Amino acid sequence: MNDKNVRLMQGNEACVEGAIAAGMRFFAGYPITPSTEIAEGSSEKLPQVGGKFVQMEDEIGSIAAVIGASLTGLKSMTATSGPGMSLKLENIGYAAIAEIPCVIVNVQRGGPSTGLPTSPAQGDIMQARWGTHGDHPTIALYPSSVSEIYQITIEAFNMAEKYRMPVILLMDEVIGHMRERIELPERSALQIIDRKKPSVGPEQYLPYQADADGGVPEMASFGDGYRFHVTGLVHDETGFPSNSSEVTARLINRLMKKIENNLDDILRYEEENTGDADTLLLAYGCTARSAKSAMDAAREEGMKVGLFRPITIWPFPEQKVRELAQRVKRIIVPEMNLGQYILEVQRVAGGSCTVEGVNRADGEIITPEDILDKIKGVF
Amino acid sequence: MASSLIEKYMRMDKLPHIWCPGCGHGIVMRAVVKAIDELELNREKICIVSGIGCSSRAPGYMNFNTLHTTHGRALAFATGIKHANPELEVIVLTGDGDCTAIGGNHLIHAARRNMGITTVVFNNNIYGMTGGQYSPTTPTGDKGTTAPYGNIDKVFDICSLAQAAGATYTGRATVYHAQLLIRLIKDGIKNKGFSLIDAISVCPTYYGRKNKKGDSVRIMEWLKDNAVNVAAASKLPPEKLAGKFLIGELYNNPQPEYTEEYKKIVESFQRG
Repeated sequence: MNDKNVRLMQGNEACVEGAIAAGMRFFAGYPITPSTEIAEGSSEKLPQVGGKFVQMEDEIGSIAAVIGASLTGLKSMTATSGPGMSLKLENIGYAAIAEIPCVIVNVQRGGPSTGLPTSPAQGDIMQARWGTHGDHPTIALYPSSVSEIYQITIEAFNMAEKYRMPVILLMDEVIGHMRERIELPERSALQIIDRKKPSVGPEQYLPYQADADGGVPEMASFGDGYRFHVTGLVHDETGFPSNSSEVTARLINRLMKKIENNLDDILRYEEENTGDADTLLLAYGCTARSAKSAMDAAREEGMKVGLFRPITIWPFPEQKVRELAQRVKRIIVPEMNLGQYILEVQRVAGGSCTVEGVNRADGEIITPEDILDKIKGVF
Repeated sequence: MASSLIEKYMRMDKLPHIWCPGCGHGIVMRAVVKAIDELELNREKICIVSGIGCSSRAPGYMNFNTLHTTHGRALAFATGIKHANPELEVIVLTGDGDCTAIGGNHLIHAARRNMGITTVVFNNNIYGMTGGQYSPTTPTGDKGTTAPYGNIDKVFDICSLAQAAGATYTGRATVYHAQLLIRLIKDGIKNKGFSLIDAISVCPTYYGRKNKKGDSVRIMEWLKDNAVNVAAASKLPPEKLAGKFLIGELYNNPQPEYTEEYKKIVESFQRG
């Protein structure tokens, strides 16, 4: 191990480092707590690697500039928190239908509205999935340590490029602001994915031509000599608007199948002690850390408790959770909201085990004791 | 038979356009293409960006790199494009509502940064696509479908707004003064920083009909009779200018352009 690669780093800083390692060369953002360090770090690092930073006039402008930059071929990112995420939603839908790769970081804070700007919360789970209007595909990743933020930021870029879509990186305030040991991998050890460039010349190029069953179209850049059209309207393979119900169905279904057909590639999760567990803790982000402590304490007392931690929270790891639900007696879903992800767990469990939440939305983290009490049935 | 300009620059298979008979937008779109042609720009490096509304359908007909974005956000998308690749000649086509109402914040900040973007506002004093609601440039007292008793709002002077915010080139022409419009767009493109051309268009279908202004020809005659070139205006007494509006080059004061300034920061690391 090279000692030079071991650092004490803040989560938000690790996000910037991971993004640069992934090839980010454009960042547009707007100051908002608790994500601001990501903009600050990007403004410092990007010009050093020939990249571009701009502080836009608002949150909407930031995601718009990111999409514009991505269309010229640069890997692009923006970072925000709840109120800013709400403002970005329309253009996240634009990136979904126009298939523009980009990464949107949401370092969550308490809501609704201005809420609790400096306190942690996990209240944007359903927003990440359903925030923008209309049926659309979603990939949302949720790291739970500083070192995982680095790694998952790279994965977010890789998935954005591979599937030509916006990828949401959900983070917790307490991880974004926490300093933790991180061992930075050698750049040569990283797997970096770039979008597929056109394999045909401009005369043959159709910007949205892809296998109807979830294919990803090849992507030219503005200025490359391909002269294509991009719109947020429903469009056919040529990229031009269409009102045809057949074209609409084909497009929307293809967008959704980009996810459905590639679950094995997209889903990331971690499980521990699930083999003999009769009680399963299902938790993400910082809450998974408390859940792990609670599991360890419960195991010491002889209780058969396991942990399932989704890192890809959208798409929902449906098949895996269904299998687990059939093996255990109960699933406990601690989350720092009043019950969001648990709705998916309940749907998928379908009554095959009990599903209970441990919830708080008061700006405080869920402690191992909170979860342990639930495991033991102490209320 | 289509003109050589149309054959050269338009997406023939996307025509005819969706604009109403008598709409002025085709004249503005032609002026943009004519300016590009006369400047002999490399079309592969031209990027045309629009928002939402009647005006913003123009890029779909134009055979360049074209981007039809969300309502009001064209300048923000364009800022990303220009900043990411300053080699591109970025032209924003927008409307009065798109640019100055929902997009007003992006307008003043793109102007403030002096981004190398040329903005052409298809200003027809109304929200046409949604059926004739009053916009920030609907004259006070005029009617719209959401101002059935007359509009009590004051109007924006888009050129003054852009200039005050930092635009380094502004000009205004009408669809009657098509040659002037072409010249202003050319000069706007030649300006390295942020340029705005207020292209006064006509909407006989909604604005004209609602306000009993007559057909397109009548409205164009009104534009002809009420526009005063800025050069002539300086020699006229104030009473002769009452109720008139100025056309021509209104401001031309080149300043350092944003991406050129940013390039200096990037280069400071490359030298090191």
